Amino acid sequence: MSVNDRIVADFVKNKIELVTTVPCKQLAGVIEKIEESKDIYHIPSNKEDEGMGICAGAYMGGKRSAIIMQNTAIGVTVNTLVTLTQYYRMPLPMLISYRGELGEPVACQVEMAVHTKALLAQLNIPTYHFHKEDDADELDAILKHCFMCNKPVAILTDASFWKGY
Amino acid sequence: MIRSDIIKNLIPVISNEFVVCNIGLPSQELHMMDDQPTNFYMLGTMGLSSSIGLGLALAQDKTVISIDGDGSVLTNFGTLPTIANNVADNFILFIVDNGSYGSTGDQPTYAGQKTSLTKVAEACGCENVIECQAEEAVDVMTAAIASKKMTIIVCKCESGNIKVPVITMDPVVIRDRFMRELAAANAE
Repeated sequence: MSVNDRIVADFVKNKIELVTTVPCKQLAGVIEKIEESKDIYHIPSNKEDEGMGICAGAYMGGKRSAIIMQNTAIGVTVNTLVTLTQYYRMPLPMLISYRGELGEPVACQVEMAVHTKALLAQLNIPTYHFHKEDDADELDAILKHCFMCNKPVAILTDASFWKGY
Repeated sequence: MIRSDIIKNLIPVISNEFVVCNIGLPSQELHMMDDQPTNFYMLGTMGLSSSIGLGLALAQDKTVISIDGDGSVLTNFGTLPTIANNVADNFILFIVDNGSYGSTGDQPTYAGQKTSLTKVAEACGCENVIECQAEEAVDVMTAAIASKKMTIIVCKCESGNIKVPVITMDPVVIRDRFMRELAAANAE
């Protein structure tokens, strides 16, 4: 099973029924699988904070949701993470492409990469870093952890994990 | 008429519906006039009332009304294409368009100048977009609820605010009682 199929299978296994996405080149494959999934309603967002609002609504409506986005979005969504997701105590798995790591061809992406983990740590967001394909073995446990503790949880996936950028 | 007059008039119509209310004065006014578990008050996060409402409407069957403002829709402009392309017929977006950022001191918005939110919503692909005057709000909302069609209402009114207390309720309490009420309604 491809890593993209495994990710979607773990989402479905954990009863995630709505996924919002803002694209990244690294995430193109998994976004395609989300769109194809019969078990998941895929709703593309124009901006990541909007997507987090949709996820908050879905959660209150009784459906588990997740967001797929690039690490640049951490810069966009600090206020939403703090005043909505965390303040109202809601779960939110965030599958994040960790652009700007080894193998990155676009220099500007490094500028956000150097702040990504520091920002997540500052926000007290449980953070997991997938560097090798086997690291995805933990995804099921991470999702269960997220819905257990009702917190946003970050899963950073770098270029080595995706075997290229 | 100003926003608080509209909210006051709408209460008999929306009191039995699930309402997501915009940050600041709109939530404080609704809280003061008709606090109940079916109201979800936004205590922060300007702009996301419509997004939260859409997520709620897509996730379950009960009617959801997002009370929004022109300034907040301008802040989260990307919401209108998303709403247009993900039709939820149990969703009503009610935009109080007073042409000003009311909660921050009535600074003018572009919606009160050259920009028409009604036309923007239509251009984004929204199908049932109704612009009305404050005096018509109750009739338009009543019809929208009965229509069972996703509806965007742009309600024009004057800017201005009344004195209202801040909401001191804990956010988790607001969220929890709202979720319980909604789950119970869906279980009926």
